Amino acid sequence: MLLPKDLYYTENHEWIFVEGKKGTIGVTEHAQKEMGDIVFVELPEIGDNFEQFDSFAVIESVKAVSDVYLPVGGKVIAINQDILEQPELVNDEPIESGWLVEIEISNLDELESLMDDEAYAHYLEEGK
Amino acid sequence: MKRTPLFNVHKELGARLIDFGGWEMPVQYTSIIEEHQTVRKQCGLFDVSHMGEIYFSGGDALKNLNYLITNDISQIAVGQVVYTPLCNHHGGVLDDLLVYRLGENEFLLVVNASNIEKDYQWIKEHVNGEITVKDLSSDFGQLALQGPESEKVLNKLTDIKLADMKYYRFSRGKLAGEDVLLSRTGYTGEIGFEIYLSPAKLEEIWHEIIDAGLGYGIKPIGLGARDTLRLEKGFCLYGNELSEGVNPWQAGLSWTVKLNKRDFIGKDALLESRQGYNRVLRGFKVIDRGIPRKGYKVSKDKKEVGIVTSGSYSPSLKENIGLAYLEKDVAGTGSELDIIIREKPVKALVVEKPFL
Repeated sequence: MLLPKDLYYTENHEWIFVEGKKGTIGVTEHAQKEMGDIVFVELPEIGDNFEQFDSFAVIESVKAVSDVYLPVGGKVIAINQDILEQPELVNDEPIESGWLVEIEISNLDELESLMDDEAYAHYLEEGK
Repeated sequence: MKRTPLFNVHKELGARLIDFGGWEMPVQYTSIIEEHQTVRKQCGLFDVSHMGEIYFSGGDALKNLNYLITNDISQIAVGQVVYTPLCNHHGGVLDDLLVYRLGENEFLLVVNASNIEKDYQWIKEHVNGEITVKDLSSDFGQLALQGPESEKVLNKLTDIKLADMKYYRFSRGKLAGEDVLLSRTGYTGEIGFEIYLSPAKLEEIWHEIIDAGLGYGIKPIGLGARDTLRLEKGFCLYGNELSEGVNPWQAGLSWTVKLNKRDFIGKDALLESRQGYNRVLRGFKVIDRGIPRKGYKVSKDKKEVGIVTSGSYSPSLKENIGLAYLEKDVAGTGSELDIIIREKPVKALVVEKPFL
């Protein structure tokens, strides 16, 4: 399972990669597997503001509709246009080309409430 | 939750299991889209042992059964299968089922898993005379092999003449040495067969069929693909398109209602409602971005005009499609409507069924 070390993780299986105040966000390998064939992604608009753990996107697989929540609060500064046309990228590469949005993080302290890769791996183990 | 005799096989195959009307069933083994394509292009094996079987026999069997259902079985031959709604006195659909004519006065009804108990009670309460009704659901396992290669696969295992078997016919014989009832039926719109046999032999036969199909691209298929396959063909699913709240006219099943029959339950109500219903079942395609789901509202010019009963991404068409009950005056082919997805109107077009 892909658990890159530089990412933070949420209990709802989102990840965030942080560079300065910029955060790139997506869903984890575990999440994409749970959802199955992803056929539709709905993203917010650039400039939209969200609080930590707000629902900001919707991912639909053949069978189910899943909300995606923001790991930390912030303003959307970019969205991944490619996944609107090719939602299956989220299945194929959830932590690379399947990213969802970039945000400008409003409060870096909120990162402290998230899990690092070890804690997330442990969390997944417990859930089994 | 109830389990079929193949539960352990599904687990070993790594299936994702879900609660399906009180049954713990495989929704997918690998990927719904992949399994869907397998059935359309090669063949796939389904465990459908959750379906119910009600045995119906006796000197008054034909008369009683024809009184219970809307279709007419008086003209069908032994070895033939008929699809029919089972209606209540108001003409609402209690269930949709297959009737197998096993003998002159002997029938097998194959009913939806979630309706077994309801159907069985209803039938027992509405028969009289020389008649035996038995719920044999736990005496039958059921497999479905569906897809263009299905006949070749089964030919390796049985001497039943499959090539001669017409659509909606069945035969009894041996398959891999076991007694089976095998019919040219299914729920995918592909050439395919349904196989009824003793639950004790189910696991063995499952493996025999998988082995026989290895050179033909066979794969186990879950309920997820079963749903997308039937939706592309516009087939009704009980609990989605069919319920006691709709009648066969609305559901597009008028071909299954034989008003020439002397009498049957719901006949008066169905005669009366023949023109007097508002909403009809129609197929639609989503034009904008969005996937329709059961329960979503349909509107036209901001007025609510219907409700989605089934919807999905169609793996064959690579479009988003659905079925909906729509007000008659907006239900014509080509009519433009909005599906309300997460409070936003998403454009859709009424199209002819089947989609594929």
